[in-house]
Amino acid sequence: MGIFDFFKSRPQKSAQTAKERLLIIVAQQRGERGTPDYIPRLKVELLEVIRKYVNVDPGAVQVNLQKEGEQEMLELSVVLPDRPDE
Amino acid sequence: MSEVIVVTSGKGGVGKTTSSASIACGYARRGKKVAVVDFDIGLRNLDLIMGCERRVVYDFVNVINGDCSLKQALIKDKRFDNLSVLAASQTRDKDALTQDGVERVLKELRGEFEIIICDSPAGIERGAHLAMYYADRAVVVVNPEVSSVRDSDRVLGLLASKTNRAEKGDGSIAEHLLLTRYSPERVSTGDMMSVSDVEEILGLKVIGVIPESQSVLAASNAGVPVILDEASEAGQAYDDAVARMCGDDRPMRFTELKKKGLLNRLFGGS
Ligand SMILES: Nc1ncnc2c1ncn2[C@@H]1O[C@H](COP(=O)(O)OP(=O)(O)O)[C@@H](O)[C@H]1O
Ligand SMILES: [Mg+2]
Repeated sequence: MGIFDFFKSRPQKSAQTAKERLLIIVAQQRGERGTPDYIPRLKVELLEVIRKYVNVDPGAVQVNLQKEGEQEMLELSVVLPDRPDE
Repeated sequence: MSEVIVVTSGKGGVGKTTSSASIACGYARRGKKVAVVDFDIGLRNLDLIMGCERRVVYDFVNVINGDCSLKQALIKDKRFDNLSVLAASQTRDKDALTQDGVERVLKELRGEFEIIICDSPAGIERGAHLAMYYADRAVVVVNPEVSSVRDSDRVLGLLASKTNRAEKGDGSIAEHLLLTRYSPERVSTGDMMSVSDVEEILGLKVIGVIPESQSVLAASNAGVPVILDEASEAGQAYDDAVARMCGDDRPMRFTELKKKGLLNRLFGGS
């Protein structure tokens, strides 16, 4: 640690931000691997339907395909906003 | 034993063609019998980087369509007589590459060559799909930049599922990450992700790191793959990468900031 490092310790650098964003994106992409091709479209359409009633943001709808033995289960979760539109 | 190696990335402009040309020359220099194939139908480029554009008579699609023999279409490199180039066609017909045609040509190439390098087009559509489909190994070219890293992860997913080996359960494709256009200066100032950042995000070690270098433009201007410019750092880094692909152990070079003297640090600017 020298005097030069001291001057460098300013707010978070853009490379660090990039890395943090990518860690999330890649984890998400890998979670979607091997799931049927219709899942992303299903997600979009579900979001449209839900938005007719509640104003949720795009990230609020999660669709997961679970496997339990022979059974496949489509799990849908929607996070509602703190104060739903009346 | 022949090996088909795809050079792919998802994103365009990251250095696939530059890398394909240099890797092909690198193997040829090591005495391997090499063919390098341009899969970028409609946007032929590899011939320029290899410096053989004036000798293209027949192309990949001509061979598939039976307009000529494979032998007639292969262009022998002027520097290595164990290296040949198969140019892409300039047709705008997106369906010119057929799966069956690609399979036939690659099979014939396997009979003649030890190493077959497939220079993939950008994207994840037909051309890119076919370039990776019959591969035994993949070099995923990535730049230390958000969209390139995300795309390379998509491509890694496709390599693991949408290839002949994956579908037939023939064992997985060996995947190599090649980090290009790397700038140690920008990494040191926190403006560019580092080698270890990219490795951590993708969960893969890099097979090589190619620095951002002016020699690359000079090399493509001249039609001489940069690996043949032995004075350049990029050329040496490509040679290291090929050596590692052949199983040699070589330390990483050109990934650390060159040490500057104190005066330089005080007055030398960035
Ligand atoms: N290491 C590098 N340093 C500087 N420029 C580079 C480097 N690698 C590639 N380039 C440049 O980037 C551009 C795109 O490279 P190219 O190999 O054609 O990419 P792709 O085939 O992935 O589209 C070219 O202009 C090339 O000269
Ligand atoms: Mg290219």
